[in-house]
Amino acid sequence: MPKKKVRIATTSLAGCFGCHMSFMDIDERLLELAGIADLDRSPLTDIKSCNECDIGLVEGGVCNAENVHVLREFRNSCRILVAIGACAINGGVPALRNRFDLGDCLEEAFITGIGVTDPTVPGDPELPLLLEKVHPVHEVVKIDYSIPGCPPSADTIWTVLTDLIDGNEPDLAYELIRYD
Amino acid sequence: MPIFTLDGQNIPFEPGQTIMEAAMAAGVYIPHLCWYPEYEPHGSCKLCSVKVNGRLCSACTFPAAEGQEVVLNSEELQQLRLRLTQMLFVEGNHFCPYCEKSGQCELQALGYYVGMTDNHFPHFFPKREIDASHPDVLLDRDRCIFCGLCVRASRDEGKHVFELAGRGIETHLIVNSATGKLGDSELGASDRAAHICPVGAIVVKETAFRVPIGRRKYDHRTIAEMSLEEEAPLVRRRHDAKEEG
Ligand code: SF4
Ligand code: SF4
Repeated sequence: MPKKKVRIATTSLAGCFGCHMSFMDIDERLLELAGIADLDRSPLTDIKSCNECDIGLVEGGVCNAENVHVLREFRNSCRILVAIGACAINGGVPALRNRFDLGDCLEEAFITGIGVTDPTVPGDPELPLLLEKVHPVHEVVKIDYSIPGCPPSADTIWTVLTDLIDGNEPDLAYELIRYD
Repeated sequence: MPIFTLDGQNIPFEPGQTIMEAAMAAGVYIPHLCWYPEYEPHGSCKLCSVKVNGRLCSACTFPAAEGQEVVLNSEELQQLRLRLTQMLFVEGNHFCPYCEKSGQCELQALGYYVGMTDNHFPHFFPKREIDASHPDVLLDRDRCIFCGLCVRASRDEGKHVFELAGRGIETHLIVNSATGKLGDSELGASDRAAHICPVGAIVVKETAFRVPIGRRKYDHRTIAEMSLEEEAPLVRRRHDAKEEG
């Protein structure tokens, strides 16, 4: 009997999708992955909410109320939750705003900044509210594994993913652990 | 020569040597960030913590003695070193992807060495002052780990440009000049103090990103290998110089 396929969900919170791009860099191994795994909620499938999954990959930190919601949904649905990339692990580039007051950031971006036309801070109710600070994901939910890198290389992502699919503890060689 | 044992291996030492000096001279790497063979030990980063006859000690300050049983790489001590490294990351602002020291940074390399993949603790995101007033040297306090190496280097070259002020969580690096700015201090770009920083807190301007990714210091080699290659000979030389002196 063929082995049951694992279900994987992925999302990008306050990130740049660079980790997802790097994930795509596994190239022809995508075919191998398609043979052993099904994708659930992910930018690649456009499924809007997460079903029960074996593995969830979370890129990006937590900068707004929607990020908190999605992250909690992932934690509730995924047996193993993996933080992927610098922003998920320590806030990364978005966390640069943590040294400034949020109101000052909005004012600079939408009112007083260079080249701003029609100066108003966007207030559409559809827009998720920004958090006071940007947080790494482990400050909001329990994270089982982390894959550092900005972005982690395709080989690093592949190694962790296949180790987890095989039920093993991820074992990264020296050159596969990078913080940049 | 008297000997002690380190994880069961015999390590010979000269009387007066610390455990760190004897181990390094014998080719055994003990993790460290605030220790450098040419300066008085500072004993602050605690990464060199070892158990000496069952008691936790800093290898960089603890004198070697005949018959000591020293443990370096027990599971407990490896876990301790991982947690200490993570604390160093969360108490500052370390964003390696755009740091000019990345690939050549001892803190980062130590993270790789201890197998750190996350930061474990909540982040402080402290607000620290950046000082770009010096024409040749940048001081980015966000990345300072308070190792005191710049303090010792500047003191030993007779300039006393840097000092660590405050205690505990209030510790911060200050500059000895009328304005407190680096640009008004006596620091020169060729001073040892401008080059000794193990992280990207003191960097010489216009030198960043010269070495491409893949050829940087720690891209393929561990901090243990590099330290034994670069620092262990300095321990031996320092010892020989003392003998002659
Ligand atoms: S100083 Fe080192 S650890 Fe800190 S951001 Fe720069 S490379 Fe990373
Ligand atoms: S500036 Fe660099 S050398 Fe000086 S105390 Fe901070 S980390 Fe150490």
